[in-house]
Amino acid sequence: MTPDIEAVRPLPRFPEPDTEPFYARCREHRLSYQTCRKCGAIVFYPRSHCTRCTSTELMWHDSEGRGTIYSVTIMRQHGHPAFRARLPMAVALVDVDEGFRLLAEIVTDDPFSVHIGQPVTVAWITEGEVTLPGFTPVAES
Amino acid sequence: MQGRGGVRVVASDRTAAIVGIHEYPDRRVDGTSAMQIKARSAARALEDAGLGWRDVDALYDAGETAPGMAGAVMAEYFNLHPRVVDGTGVGGSSYEFHAAHALAAIREKKARVALLTYGSTAKSDAGRAGTAAPRGDRPTPAANMETPWGLTLIGSYALVAARHMHQYGTTAEELAEIAVTTRYHAMRNPEAVRALEALHFRDIREITAADVVASRMIADPLRLLDCCMVSDGGGAVVIADAEVARDARRRPVWLLGSGEAVGYPENGRDITVTAGAQSGPIAFAQAGLRPEDMDIAMIYDSFTITVMAILEDLGFCAKGEGGAYVAGGRLRFDRPGGPALNTDGGGLSSNHPGMRGLFLLIEAVRQLRGDSTSQVPDARYAVAHGNGGQLGTRHAASTIILGRD
Ligand SMILES: [Zn+2]
Repeated sequence: MTPDIEAVRPLPRFPEPDTEPFYARCREHRLSYQTCRKCGAIVFYPRSHCTRCTSTELMWHDSEGRGTIYSVTIMRQHGHPAFRARLPMAVALVDVDEGFRLLAEIVTDDPFSVHIGQPVTVAWITEGEVTLPGFTPVAES
Repeated sequence: MQGRGGVRVVASDRTAAIVGIHEYPDRRVDGTSAMQIKARSAARALEDAGLGWRDVDALYDAGETAPGMAGAVMAEYFNLHPRVVDGTGVGGSSYEFHAAHALAAIREKKARVALLTYGSTAKSDAGRAGTAAPRGDRPTPAANMETPWGLTLIGSYALVAARHMHQYGTTAEELAEIAVTTRYHAMRNPEAVRALEALHFRDIREITAADVVASRMIADPLRLLDCCMVSDGGGAVVIADAEVARDARRRPVWLLGSGEAVGYPENGRDITVTAGAQSGPIAFAQAGLRPEDMDIAMIYDSFTITVMAILEDLGFCAKGEGGAYVAGGRLRFDRPGGPALNTDGGGLSSNHPGMRGLFLLIEAVRQLRGDSTSQVPDARYAVAHGNGGQLGTRHAASTIILGRD
């Protein structure tokens, strides 16, 4: 690998038919999730089948992009140069208000202030052709 | 558990037993391959059982040396023609799954002598190839959602630790108690001390909770001494049916119960609860035993939080009360009031080449034979609980209950 390639974080790879529509919508700054047309179950991460009933008909929705930190760690060391350059880096499980959970970087100048229960909102990160749904803290009410 | 007519059915099942064990003594190998470690360990374990290669009719392999052709490649290397081949590969817990499957195969009379082997040059490989995780040929949906965030292995367990602290008020000092206990046991195990030396641990001695809390933060809230070592190593286990076991060189250690489970990210999931909450009760029920019957708890210690969460999920204490439970050295081999934890020194302080599950079975057998370097007098029952993968995302778990006559 050349140093140039190593300096970029690992990105989603395609073709991968479950997550390709998700990332296509991310490019339009739409944080999306699916529900089942038959039983209404929320399906996330994206799939082509319902994980509750046997339906294979799902609908896409756009989230408002607001959520709460379920858990968080601040990474202090990393084996990958792209992440090493971002240390210390907060990575969290975010419970999004519409009812799904995802892993994401918490983009902030003060990672040590990031905490469980903190409200966050989506903060788009562009890496070349790919747009990633990071999150950033919002003022606590 | 009460059987029919009020007769306690404790450990009445004498179907399959571990009859041979070997833990490869070196944690840093030079010029030895993982396949060689597996074969040499298998030979020693078969000798320990008083058996030979020709007696093996069931082969269990996690595929760590031959991904995608687990079993077939190793059968050829060993020159075996097994009637049962099982390539279950679920990370560090693979060997508890293998033991569970061997028990079932022997019960069905499909096999009489099962061989489990493990070999790894993880430490040597890390020195050569750097620390970047290998990426498979085809992307998976989960990988596409997660890899852009660079969550490290330690970070994944740290997410569980952070949530455990938040929900239950668990402290860093309480987590540290687990590392203190395993080091206490490691310092009594010459092979563990040699491992700590070979891996250039600084300041090799018993440690205190203060030492753990003072060590370098790696991924909040987990510190260096909350983390297992990275070593080379391996070993082998031989499991046999009752007839073979009666003629074995050493006292048989019976497999009394098993349970299996997986855990993975789900919307709304409580990540402080591990797959052990499912596998544990199944295993204890099959054995007709309870957690409080256990003299020995061999619990996969990739990190201190792994042990804390699993002790709770197996029922040694209530969920969230692990911090108070482990306090005061309760899990040391020379203290009453709880099982002895990881008496070989564990992955934290003796041996962790990446998939430690086999060593849980091996040290449990040493204890039930009376051979441990931190021996619990008259140890009769042990639980070995493997946990593989990443606790904060997806993991697999298997619980094995062992007992002697
Ligand atoms: Zn449905």
